[in-house]
Amino acid sequence: MFLHLLTGAAAAAAGALLIAIGWKIFDIAHPAISKFGFAFITRQGWDAIHSKFGALDLIWGTALTSVLALLVATPISIAIGLYLSELAPRGVRTVIASLVELLAAIPSVVLGLWGILVLGPFVGTHLGPWLHHYLGFIPLFDGTPQNAGILVAVLVLTIMVVPITSSICRELFLGVPTELEEGALALGATRWEMVRGVILPYTRTGVGAAVILGFGRAIGEAIAVSQVIGAGHGIHRSLFATGDTLASKLAGEYQGAATNIQIASLVYLAAILLVISLLVNLAAQVIVRRFAHQRTGGS
Amino acid sequence: MAVDAGRYSLTPNPRTRRRKLVNVLMQGLATLAALAAVAVLAVVIISVAQRGASALSWDFFTKTAATFGQGGGGVANALVGSLVIVALATAMAVPLGILVALYVSEFAPPRIADLVRLVLDILNGLPSIIIGIFVFGLLVIGSGQAGWKGSFALAIIMLPLVARATQEVLALVPSSLREGALALGASRWRTVLGVVLPTSLGAILTGTVLAVARAAGDTAPLLFTASIVAHAVTWAARHPVRSIPYDIFVLSESPDPADHARAWALGLVLISFVLVTSLTARLLLVRYRKTLEG
Repeated sequence: MFLHLLTGAAAAAAGALLIAIGWKIFDIAHPAISKFGFAFITRQGWDAIHSKFGALDLIWGTALTSVLALLVATPISIAIGLYLSELAPRGVRTVIASLVELLAAIPSVVLGLWGILVLGPFVGTHLGPWLHHYLGFIPLFDGTPQNAGILVAVLVLTIMVVPITSSICRELFLGVPTELEEGALALGATRWEMVRGVILPYTRTGVGAAVILGFGRAIGEAIAVSQVIGAGHGIHRSLFATGDTLASKLAGEYQGAATNIQIASLVYLAAILLVISLLVNLAAQVIVRRFAHQRTGGS
Repeated sequence: MAVDAGRYSLTPNPRTRRRKLVNVLMQGLATLAALAAVAVLAVVIISVAQRGASALSWDFFTKTAATFGQGGGGVANALVGSLVIVALATAMAVPLGILVALYVSEFAPPRIADLVRLVLDILNGLPSIIIGIFVFGLLVIGSGQAGWKGSFALAIIMLPLVARATQEVLALVPSSLREGALALGASRWRTVLGVVLPTSLGAILTGTVLAVARAAGDTAPLLFTASIVAHAVTWAARHPVRSIPYDIFVLSESPDPADHARAWALGLVLISFVLVTSLTARLLLVRYRKTLEG
């Protein structure tokens, strides 16, 4: 009985913690919320001298970097998941799977350090000019490539998201019943046709949830992004421009906030990030649970 | 009726050849993607090792950071600080995490267990910078930064990791073991303490080590809570303390190449710790799970 109560209290504490986090963030942001209201979300610019703050630049930066990172990361993750579940020879399978998972273990601050000092200069002098030369007609690749900017942030986020989504994909693909796979192969399908006709349709929902989880990770990454994105202002279409995201703004201004209203406005950004990431995570978890429910026939 | 020779011929027709070509192409792309991920890992590790190794020295580990504007100096305060912060965070998160996991797997009704798992997964999905700001608002405003406040933030990050890992291991403990203990007349809590926990202890420990590896590299929660002004080596968590990830973050934004060299060296220290511990823990975890599953 005692242990029952003790463990129950611990579980309740975990729930209380989640509620406390939400309450406290909105509590500190309150001065900014009551002063600027919802117009804060749609206003541009971050002017500390005149205490005029808006979140639109940062919401744009967050959306642009995360969506692009996911666009690059999703096909790569599915491909890695397929390689690890269907193609890789038994001997190297576990080795490569654990190497991919180790990529997720690299601390984001180290990845950011590598991003700013190695990847950034490579993008600025090689990749950027190349993209501009061949794809410059697309607005995304307009302008002058630099060592820091949105493109570097997208690449770093891709590197962070791929190991997470690809290991979920691998588990999903391994869960496809062997009878179905063998049935397709026995009917004369090639391996790829089996993947396209059986594995991908069977795991579609789960892969969707994996992508949403990856998105949640990408929008919340503060440190690595603030190291490589260049802390720029405004809304730009070009990936070569510098920018900022909700999370990277928080990390970048951690000691620069002078006035109370500026601190409250920064935490308002955190509140927006909190709401988005709660919704994103909740959606992913609901899908995952429903998917598991369906597959086990409701037991 | 003339037999259509082409139709029954064993030589591949153009359509089959195309299907096979697509198949080979797709297999090639999948292999390429996996190789690319491994290559990125290798490039990052080699970059850090190459640039970091040259700055490592005895002084680097034993001297404290030079005062602002002067070159040289070591990172002793960051090393000690990280050790203190992470140790304290582990001490806070592990007992609570194990208790939550025990509740989910041994005591809770199914619906409540589902709810607690959902809470843990959502807690795990929160951006770590949000946790940092939460602790900033809860403990730092008005009274300043301190090492233990950073530990508290890291503990919130570790809690869902420890609880989920433990709970998954507990679910693997065969119910025949539990039933055996209960049939012998042991009470619920005797069963848990005497049978369930000892059987899964190894796997729980490795899950904890993975959480420690993750927390040791996390910077965002420490920005607002523990690290801004701290120059002396201190073991006391009631003072502000520097930490390895925070120092890397600050040094990487400096324009001075000498600072970059020290950031690389710290990065090498951190990455070695994280990779070695998580690799070992992962390998051990596979072994433990196999024994549990029989």
